[in-house]
Amino acid sequence: MKQNFRLFFCWAAITVILLSSTLTPAYAFEPKDQNYYERFQGKGISISVYNWGEYICNGGDGLMNVNEEFTKLTDIKVNYTNYATNEELYAKMKSGGSNYDVIFPSDYMIARMMKENMLAPLNHENIPNASYINPLFHDNSYDPGNVYSIPYTWGTVVIIYNKNKIKEPIESWQVLWDERYKNEILMFSNSRDAFGIALKALGYSLNSEDPKELREATDLLKEQKPFVQSYVMDQIFDKMEANEAMIAPYYAGDAISMMESNEDLAVAFPKEGTNLFVDAVCIPANSDNQEAAEMYINFLNEPKVAADNIEYIGYSSPNLAAFDLLDEEIQNNEIIYPSMEILEQSEQFINLSDETNLRMDQLWTEVLASKGSFLSWGFAPVVTILALFATKNWMKYNRRKKRKRMVDE
Amino acid sequence: MKVKATASPYLLWMALFIIIPLGLVAYFSVTDRLGNFSLENYRASLAYSPVIFNSIWLAIIATVICLILAYPLAYNFSRKSANHQRTLILLIMLPMWMNFLLRTYAWMTLLENNGLINRFFGLFGLGPFEMINTSGAVVLGMVYNYLPFMILPLYSVMTKIDHSLIEAAQDLGCNSIQVLKNVIIPLSMPGVTTGVTMVFVPAVSTFVISRMLGGGSNMLIGDLIEMQFLGNAYNPNLGSALSMVLMVIILICMALTNMFEGVEEKEGMLL
Repeated sequence: MKQNFRLFFCWAAITVILLSSTLTPAYAFEPKDQNYYERFQGKGISISVYNWGEYICNGGDGLMNVNEEFTKLTDIKVNYTNYATNEELYAKMKSGGSNYDVIFPSDYMIARMMKENMLAPLNHENIPNASYINPLFHDNSYDPGNVYSIPYTWGTVVIIYNKNKIKEPIESWQVLWDERYKNEILMFSNSRDAFGIALKALGYSLNSEDPKELREATDLLKEQKPFVQSYVMDQIFDKMEANEAMIAPYYAGDAISMMESNEDLAVAFPKEGTNLFVDAVCIPANSDNQEAAEMYINFLNEPKVAADNIEYIGYSSPNLAAFDLLDEEIQNNEIIYPSMEILEQSEQFINLSDETNLRMDQLWTEVLASKGSFLSWGFAPVVTILALFATKNWMKYNRRKKRKRMVDE
Repeated sequence: MKVKATASPYLLWMALFIIIPLGLVAYFSVTDRLGNFSLENYRASLAYSPVIFNSIWLAIIATVICLILAYPLAYNFSRKSANHQRTLILLIMLPMWMNFLLRTYAWMTLLENNGLINRFFGLFGLGPFEMINTSGAVVLGMVYNYLPFMILPLYSVMTKIDHSLIEAAQDLGCNSIQVLKNVIIPLSMPGVTTGVTMVFVPAVSTFVISRMLGGGSNMLIGDLIEMQFLGNAYNPNLGSALSMVLMVIILICMALTNMFEGVEEKEGMLL
């Protein structure tokens, strides 16, 4: 019996080895500075990495499995989990309970976390590879000098449209207000991005805190509502790929993947300028393993690692050494790496005051609730019916009680 | 005493996972960001009354449609032979074995402008009809998802209605409308109230259905609460206040339906 078991075990091990060797080609990653990565060897350290879904290379296609390689190199275990939105990350961190060592918030969320002392300042001596970061991203408006964050990916918000159905060139955000495309327009369902577009269309900054400008943007968004087919985030992939809608604003990196599945799609940069977003790597203030986390960040910025990552994610890389490793086709892709002219026009999100955030959410609800406002016509009848119903039953109930008392007596 | 001892784990469970969280929600709803007492959240939630009424309205419509659809169906089922009943109830339960999200997602594919239904009509040169992203689609999603919750309580009450009662009524000269009005409806009232509660409560607080089928432009109170916790503003205080408002609305509605049931019980006792 025992013999059998051992034999079985042997076979299982061989199968696993064979399988793994065929599935993932042995990957020997050798960094420049091997010693740097060996400091924590044998200490049994583990770090918790909290990242967006599908936002790190997990092997396959001849690319490396970043987390596995990191563990192989440094002997630091990586507990890897996912979140779907910045707000989810924020809520998780705010509610406490969970301890993360590496997180990947976007620009405005970094600014908010900085303001609320949720991030630890990085020790740049431990992250020598930060020198590869494009100088363009050294002075981000959310975190000047990259004190708390190292840019991970970036991209722009672009207009994606079906070139078979829309023949004329698209130059401006105004196209999202074009009556001819009624019910063919998709719009962001998150307030910040939607207001960003409206503010840009009006020629204001997308970080405007002026109540008057926000009011104007609200009115503009309300004006747009009859033309909008639906307010979406990720459903946009399905809808644009299936020609369910003609035109939509979305992130450039995702536009590329949509264009791969639907050849009729094209991308335009509006002349008013757009949003330049950056997702960056940060370390929460309550991390217990800051040095190990910094080592992880440094590893992410190894040119080969960053190149594989960006190839997998499909967004744009701020890492110049990684950029050099990419295919020429990608390097010259105007959508992923737009010209300086476009970048100069675009603007980054910064954190807004609590007051403005609250106002924006209120105004956004006003926009979304404006069509179906049942208060205007339906409130009175429903309340009347309910009241009639209630009084009728109450009277009936009382009558029965009285009668019951009479019977009892 | 014995009963209490065995019940203690459940009491502890309830205290830990129901009472304390509820208390926390109540506490959050009457404090501001800094933890000071304030009724500002309730005042702010007034501004969202259109959304609140919209969700109540849609939930009422969905509940009524569910009741109208489910009532004859449940009655029909209850009069079938036991074998048939089992098969039919299995058929009702069958869609529920699939994930709720998936079922709603499937409706998206059906209702879209290039969806299956419109393509079918397109064969005859009709349409395309605008079906998705309307309040009608939201109601459809609610009815579809919550109909079993109406059928099952109605069915279980109606199987208990003795057929001899119906026959007796007929013998005494009732026509079918009178039988329905004087025998079947009063006897099935407990099922109606349970069914109404079980459909109305999830329908009024849903947020997935309105997002998927309403195209984001038919905002319901569930969306609103979700937005306060996972949205841009991150305002758990306002979110808690809205949850309390929703809870009060549900309580009022349940009280209304219970009152209805109360009347019938009294009536039954008197007879």
